[in-house]
Amino acid sequence: MKRIVVGAHYGLRGWLVQRVSAIVMALYTLAFAVAFAAAKPVDYGQWKALFSQGWMRFATLLFFVSLLLHAWVGMRDILMDYIKPTGWRLALQIVVVLVLVGAAGWAVEILWRT
Amino acid sequence: MPDASLNKKRPLWYNLSPLNLPLPGLVSILHRVSGAVLFFLLLWLLYLLDGSLASAERFEAIRQTISHPVAKLVLLGLLWAFLHHLCAGIRYLFLDIDKGVELAPARATSALVLVVSLVLTAVLGWRLFW
Repeated sequence: MKRIVVGAHYGLRGWLVQRVSAIVMALYTLAFAVAFAAAKPVDYGQWKALFSQGWMRFATLLFFVSLLLHAWVGMRDILMDYIKPTGWRLALQIVVVLVLVGAAGWAVEILWRT
Repeated sequence: MPDASLNKKRPLWYNLSPLNLPLPGLVSILHRVSGAVLFFLLLWLLYLLDGSLASAERFEAIRQTISHPVAKLVLLGLLWAFLHHLCAGIRYLFLDIDKGVELAPARATSALVLVVSLVLTAVLGWRLFW
């Protein structure tokens, strides 16, 4: 008989999100290292040019979105392990979410500012 | 007849110091610590990226900021945190698909993670910050 267990699979989703975002960030790190080594930026113009390329903006955006999801799962795990009082845990989880969403918004602004 | 004293319940004492952990345990706790460190300094890193891409003047100001010895030390620590987290993370992805789960390879790859991330930190840190 099939049973629906309320609240199940949240853990699996987090687990999967953590791994997919990790792979995206690892690939970005590799791509960034190659682009950085190729461009060898030493002044503002070259550094700015590195981030002005269309693919770089897109890839960096993907990186920051992955970072947001990845850091959320990781920090949530840490808070679940060490912060036992529900109120404190919830409050700190909200702080983490706000910091991460704010950081992602800031990253978008940095990347698309003219 | 079996020795009765062997069946006696004895108090257990585990030495939970990180330095007493087997290598995979050390890599594991450092993976958690490095992840938390990266989270806590994320906003500072974004501040640096923001300034470095804002204008030529701000770029120079950021260059000044990160040339301070304390800032260099923090950045070196963050570089290690990132590299350790990355290397340990790659190891976990392999463990997920049941590669390297036996005791000997698990210990060997733990040592590899520790060594590779430290060596990369030294090499990249030297190239980037000094």
